[in-house]
Amino acid sequence: MITVEVNGTRHDVDVEPRMPLLWVLRDALHMRGTKFGCGAGLCGACTVHVDGKAMRSCSVPVSAVAGKAITTIEGLSSGASLHAVQQAWLDHQVPQCGYCQPGMMMAVAALLKEKPQPTDADIDAAITNICRCSTYARVRPAIHSAARKLVAKA
Amino acid sequence: MDTSNASRRTFLKVVAASGGALCLELSVPGLASAQHASAPHADTGELNAWVVIHPDERVIVRIARSEIGQGSSTGLPMLVAEELQCDWANVGIEFVSVSENLRTQAWGSMSTGGSSSIRRSQDFLRQAGATARVMLVTAAAKTWGVPANECTVRQGVITHAATGKRTTFGRMASLAAKQHAPHDVKLKDPKDWTLIGKAKVDRFDLPDKIRGKPVYGIDVDLPGMMYASLVQCPVFGGHVKRVDKAKATAMRGVARVVELPDAVAVVADNWWRANEAAKALAIDWDDAGHGHESSATILAYLEAGQTEAAPTARNDGDVDQAFAQAAKVVEAEYFTPYLNHATLEPQNCTAWFRDDGRLDVWAPTQNGEASAHAAADAGGVPISRVSFTKTQVGGGFGRRGAFQDFVRYGVAVAKAMPGVPVKTVWSREEDMQHDFYRPISLTRMKASLDAANRMTGWYTKIACSSISASMSPSRAAGGVDRQACASFVDSPYAVANQRVDYALRNTIVPVGYWRSVYHSQNPFFRECFVDEVAHAAGVDPLAFRRTLLAGANARRDLAILEVAANAAGWDRAPAAGVHRGIAVADAYGSYTAGVVEASVDAKNRITIPRVVIAVDPGYVVDVDAAKAQIEGAIIFALSAIVYGEITVDQGRVRERNFNDYRMLYLRDAPVIEAVLAPSGGFWGGMGEPPMACVAPALVNAIAAATGKRVRALPLVNAGYSLATSA
Ligand code: FES
Ligand code: FES
Repeated sequence: MITVEVNGTRHDVDVEPRMPLLWVLRDALHMRGTKFGCGAGLCGACTVHVDGKAMRSCSVPVSAVAGKAITTIEGLSSGASLHAVQQAWLDHQVPQCGYCQPGMMMAVAALLKEKPQPTDADIDAAITNICRCSTYARVRPAIHSAARKLVAKA
Repeated sequence: MDTSNASRRTFLKVVAASGGALCLELSVPGLASAQHASAPHADTGELNAWVVIHPDERVIVRIARSEIGQGSSTGLPMLVAEELQCDWANVGIEFVSVSENLRTQAWGSMSTGGSSSIRRSQDFLRQAGATARVMLVTAAAKTWGVPANECTVRQGVITHAATGKRTTFGRMASLAAKQHAPHDVKLKDPKDWTLIGKAKVDRFDLPDKIRGKPVYGIDVDLPGMMYASLVQCPVFGGHVKRVDKAKATAMRGVARVVELPDAVAVVADNWWRANEAAKALAIDWDDAGHGHESSATILAYLEAGQTEAAPTARNDGDVDQAFAQAAKVVEAEYFTPYLNHATLEPQNCTAWFRDDGRLDVWAPTQNGEASAHAAADAGGVPISRVSFTKTQVGGGFGRRGAFQDFVRYGVAVAKAMPGVPVKTVWSREEDMQHDFYRPISLTRMKASLDAANRMTGWYTKIACSSISASMSPSRAAGGVDRQACASFVDSPYAVANQRVDYALRNTIVPVGYWRSVYHSQNPFFRECFVDEVAHAAGVDPLAFRRTLLAGANARRDLAILEVAANAAGWDRAPAAGVHRGIAVADAYGSYTAGVVEASVDAKNRITIPRVVIAVDPGYVVDVDAAKAQIEGAIIFALSAIVYGEITVDQGRVRERNFNDYRMLYLRDAPVIEAVLAPSGGFWGGMGEPPMACVAPALVNAIAAATGKRVRALPLVNAGYSLATSA
């Protein structure tokens, strides 16, 4: 048994230690908000937070995150309230098919935690998620507006 | 969202929309009123197959097309609401049941491709809205004993000014549903539209999408469900000779190894376990004699197509004479490779053979009806016993429409596990190596100029795969696939002598519809070549095109070209070191033109400060969604132009994942100007047209910057890179 803490809830899962966190989330815990895109750390669709840091869950064995605080898209905000990134995504009407967006938003939320006022260069370096619908033209302004809101709130 | 409503109702069968494009425009599905249906539900406020109004004022518009991210599940109801004149804030949507449509054909085609969702639904959806409005007004007028033509409607409120009476759609809905559906309702003059092309609306699908809530095909979850990973024969056309299942079967969680004629699947209690076991399979493949095929043999076959005689797709005047009399001749050969769709959600399908003989299937699809038929066929179950559910779709781009291989495999795997729901998910590597790829093309062009530098002759020979012929040889009559010759057989350029020959080159690599299809390559050839000819003539590329587009039949091409040139400031010099390229095309009923600005440094690193793409789709419905289509199309196109290439070695695809089939990142995205220039009077598409001009405009800009012509994509093969990712 391995104990994982996802969005504040602890789960004991009977899985191989090397099973990637992604598949523990999706197929053992039935939390399908975190997406599978490549399985090789290349697309970012599977991005979650581990102790507040963005990680590509397809490339993290579950044994490496036992006892750490994992946050998924389902836990980015609670109830009717939205995280500033989600609100900015709505304001800028970012998603198209939406499949990459949970991972994209988790990556952006982690960036903003680390760098509340990221420069374009910070964004370029940190956000390497693939969006096949190619919504990038809206992602960048949405990141800046989420950053402004978060700073205004702080 | 209540999606069960639609399936419970029975509708009068109307003329079925057939696969033919023109029939669709003429058929009017869904205008049967509830009172004509065999089982009336007049008390429900269902005014016709498309519009249901609830007592609490909610207006539910039914959606037959798939939402694949393009946003038409918001644009389609705008068409209805414009004529219905309800309050947009009350509008919601529900997706039409595939099974119900198969039975009744009440909603016409569910196919979602060819940039057609809006343009091939707009007439009957606007009529559905107008018809429903008339029925609501009739009900109110009858209730009040006043003439219907004295009543007015605004934002879902019906008013009779003389008596001061006032009611709402919600209150009138059930009575309205009992009214006779009028024929020949007059639609609004486009100048009176308040929603279409005007309103800034929020997409219906986004509140769920930003919460990670939508259930894509890959997210389907059923009690007792098992998971499968698929291994198809890596060599196209090959099949399974022998499988050693021992190692895989012994692995944790594995329930079964399923052998299919050309694939093997492992079924387990978790997809990762299934996939790990799939990697442990030892499979002997029969390569059907295709093991020697490679990109080199395929290229040789294309080259042979260029030298052998080929049938003619267009022949105006006498090109041979034009060349004989030419003052100057320009010749060039261009190439575009196979491309993978790479929808970010890999192919998948969930199927469940029920104990009572029914087959339940779920998949992300661009064509629910085609999926249901493929499931019935693959499962050996009558279509009447198949229940197919469309899920959310993680990208389409043409991958999930015409070819339903993902459904067939999903159903075939589940058939080996009767009574158990099985979700088959392809690994990215499977998805990369088994697609219906964008056709490969080797195209030669030759132009003649007279002494005054006027273009007198244009010969084009296209050696390219034919998607139509791959489905049925009869669809390329006389060996000519006219779709594959798009942009040449219908070129708007006024050149007196033009011939287009077509060499059909189908290989072992399956081909299919990839966003903008042949318009992802032919406008690249044509518009780069026009630049080459303009250069040879010593004329500015815009001025050269203007002369060739002066005829009345090219007025929309010319107009959109001017829009793009203006938006980009073509007549003002760009910043130092920046060069511009321009292009124009028409595709899917729309007109498009683009200007790309680029600079190239000494190490062939390209910087793209700005891309301007203008589209005239006749009418724009949802302005913001249309702009999003332009923005997305530009970067989708750039990924292909810079990096995209599927290569073949030993009969199989070499590329495996996003490391060797690359695409642009956020940091690579240029500044985009999406210009909408609807000129009215026709309905064109939006999803694909903006792809057409990106490649030629960029490559023309590179030629302007370097003096060198790139004639074969992708750019990385010619030694170029993006400065942002060099
Ligand atoms: S699925 Fe993890 S990076 Fe692509
Ligand atoms: S919105 Fe479709 S992949 Fe990003």
